[in-house]
Amino acid sequence: MLMNIITQTGEYFALLLKVFSKPERHSLYVRQTFNEIENLGIKSVGIVAVISIFMGGIMTLQVAYNMVNPLLPKTLVGLGNRDSLILEFSSTIMGLIMAGKIGSNITSEIGSMKVTEQIDSLEIMGVNSAGYLILPKIIAVVLMFPLLYILSVFFGIIGGLIVGPAVGAVTVTDYLNGIQYAFNPYYVTFSLMKCLVFGFLISSISAYFGYTVEGGAFDVGTASTRAVVNTNIQILVWDLILTQLLL
Amino acid sequence: MIEIKNIYKSFENKDVLKNISKVFNQGETNLIIGRSGSGKTVLLKSIVGLHEIDKGHILYDNRDFTSMGQKLRKKLRQEMGMVFQGGALFDSLTVEENIRFPLDMFSELSTAEKQKQVDFCLERVNITDANKLYPSEISGGMQKRVAIARSIVLNPKYLFCDEPNSGLDPETSMVIDELIHSITVDLQITTIINTHDMNSVMEIGDNILFISEGEMCWEGNRKEILYSENQKLQEFVFANKQYQRIRDDKINQ
Repeated sequence: MLMNIITQTGEYFALLLKVFSKPERHSLYVRQTFNEIENLGIKSVGIVAVISIFMGGIMTLQVAYNMVNPLLPKTLVGLGNRDSLILEFSSTIMGLIMAGKIGSNITSEIGSMKVTEQIDSLEIMGVNSAGYLILPKIIAVVLMFPLLYILSVFFGIIGGLIVGPAVGAVTVTDYLNGIQYAFNPYYVTFSLMKCLVFGFLISSISAYFGYTVEGGAFDVGTASTRAVVNTNIQILVWDLILTQLLL
Repeated sequence: MIEIKNIYKSFENKDVLKNISKVFNQGETNLIIGRSGSGKTVLLKSIVGLHEIDKGHILYDNRDFTSMGQKLRKKLRQEMGMVFQGGALFDSLTVEENIRFPLDMFSELSTAEKQKQVDFCLERVNITDANKLYPSEISGGMQKRVAIARSIVLNPKYLFCDEPNSGLDPETSMVIDELIHSITVDLQITTIINTHDMNSVMEIGDNILFISEGEMCWEGNRKEILYSENQKLQEFVFANKQYQRIRDDKINQ
């Protein structure tokens, strides 16, 4: 078990060395990066919006129903929703969800290329397959994840604004006052830093599991599951570390 | 010309290739034949460097591939083309984009010149109206032809084909064999084909290496193969009774 972890960690860093070596042709890598921005980033906007609207609404309701003390101002409902979204939900929880969506996509795509010899085919041409396939995905996810985070916060707040007043848990005025009350911009900076780290973890760990898959379709499926599980664990570990270091 | 000298390869203490030596000539279709699991694919992948060999030397026109650094290997690989068993076309690219990919990556040609080269290769493999289709939209035989076109687009000196006829009907197999053979002769390249298809052996086998259980058992050409006294080779060749009859008829004549 321990030996396995050490071996995999070594392989992961060896792969990263290959990924960050000099590209053969910059223009092709740039084109590939834009493709990945569309595939992995832009195409995730829909799911991020839907999940964030619902979660924003649900968190607003939960904060409101837990505020049983009448002395607590209703503006705290908006504040609670805003800070939960900014500090944890839109970065960490969205990271876990994206590990499932983007991560499994990366692992299955690269894994399928591996088992159908497309990666061998690139190597035979003299192309650094790890660099060509993985580097654009890492750049795309690291660039897009902070943007998805901002969108998630925005849609989460909108979700609270729709659901809270609709069920009578909070008024529009109280909610809007709450989301502007005692705002600390550093929370956003802190979460954006987390997003950069999570984006790197999601793309690189998933790519590693795809690139090292051996066998057939069943093994690609297994690798996808392992990639998601390992990425989730790493996201939580790094969330803990970064929260302790930066907050 | 490619020369392999005393090649050994093992996986987890299992010897897969044992002391194999052979010269593969330029302008000839060189075949590696043997039963499934005999080590053909490992040998081919070792020759192109997808597997690192344990011992021995691989020489490409007297350039020792085994002692080369990664940089030189990458450069040498631009002189190679390979057709994989399943075609290994890039799913996300169209037929035309697949063929143009090596040009985009390595050549300094203009867009028009690249297109001319792509069209030439497509014409060479007799594909006329599939340029904009994706690999999943064309037949297996067509995929193989596209793979051949992609492998020759950079005018390689060395062409490798891993079971190019697997999964194809006899007629399409013959078309693929003839195509590879004519490209080899016309472009004067060194071609190595991995196969267990006896029809291919009899059609295009200029220079044949038979391996069994990772060992080199016999070498010769298609004219000699039916008359070999090698027991293992006979078992392999005459598994198809048709070839036994052909040999008997020729001997009786």
